[in-house]
Amino acid sequence: MTERWGDLIVETIARLLVPFQQLYSLYVLAHGHSSPGGGFQGGCIFAASLVLLIVAYGTRELRRRFPERAILVLCALGVFIYAAVGWLCLFLGGNFLDYSQLSKLLPTDPIMARYYGMAAVEVGVQITVMAIMMAIFLELLTGGGGQKGCSGNS
Amino acid sequence: MMEALAVLFISAGLFFFFTATVGLLRLPDFYSRMHAMGKADTMGLLLTLTGLALYQMGEGLSWSKAFVAFKILLIAVFWFLGGPTATHALLRSAFEGGKMPWTKDGQAVLDWPRQEER
Repeated sequence: MTERWGDLIVETIARLLVPFQQLYSLYVLAHGHSSPGGGFQGGCIFAASLVLLIVAYGTRELRRRFPERAILVLCALGVFIYAAVGWLCLFLGGNFLDYSQLSKLLPTDPIMARYYGMAAVEVGVQITVMAIMMAIFLELLTGGGGQKGCSGNS
Repeated sequence: MMEALAVLFISAGLFFFFTATVGLLRLPDFYSRMHAMGKADTMGLLLTLTGLALYQMGEGLSWSKAFVAFKILLIAVFWFLGGPTATHALLRSAFEGGKMPWTKDGQAVLDWPRQEER
């Protein structure tokens, strides 16, 4: 724990709200096919919860829990999941992102395989959007200065 | 019956929203405006969402309707946690930034507290 800089009320409410916010982002992700939502919206909500953490605790505390290297790795990981599902379909004999081909690997019929493939792609989108949003926010906050700049004690 | 109750709640909520807007437009400075917005807006939203949940419940009870009403009430709960906190954070940062409340004769209501704290 770094030195206190925030406000007790804001910190308490942030601690209370952030888990629900992240749970809600996963809900939006999982219901993307039947209601408004999906990977992009879920990722934005997840990033918003981390922004709330920064507002309450400062960037130094967030960097301690979620270092910038991890953010960049997650950016790449999400794109990798997306492309991996796409190329897997390609290698199984279909087109790029032709999810029904996944039924050759999964123990389901092509229609359900399409659902699972979409869900996997949405997970990748969510991870990338969350990480990119956090990277943009941190860059804006520090004026592009990386570790320097507003580090939570201003 | 349920619809009449819903209309009652939503009208009360709209009254509070109207009060909040009048306060935002007519009060003299930042603190009193946030005072009007933070309180009356929260109350108006709670009443409006309660009315919407009641309207959603309708006449016959069923699980799907009750579930949607429960989700609407969840919005109310989280707004009730988040909205006043945002108001508090805004007001506190304005006060720590050195903005003094408005007074009729233009005098500061108190000495700037930062010198004592630090």
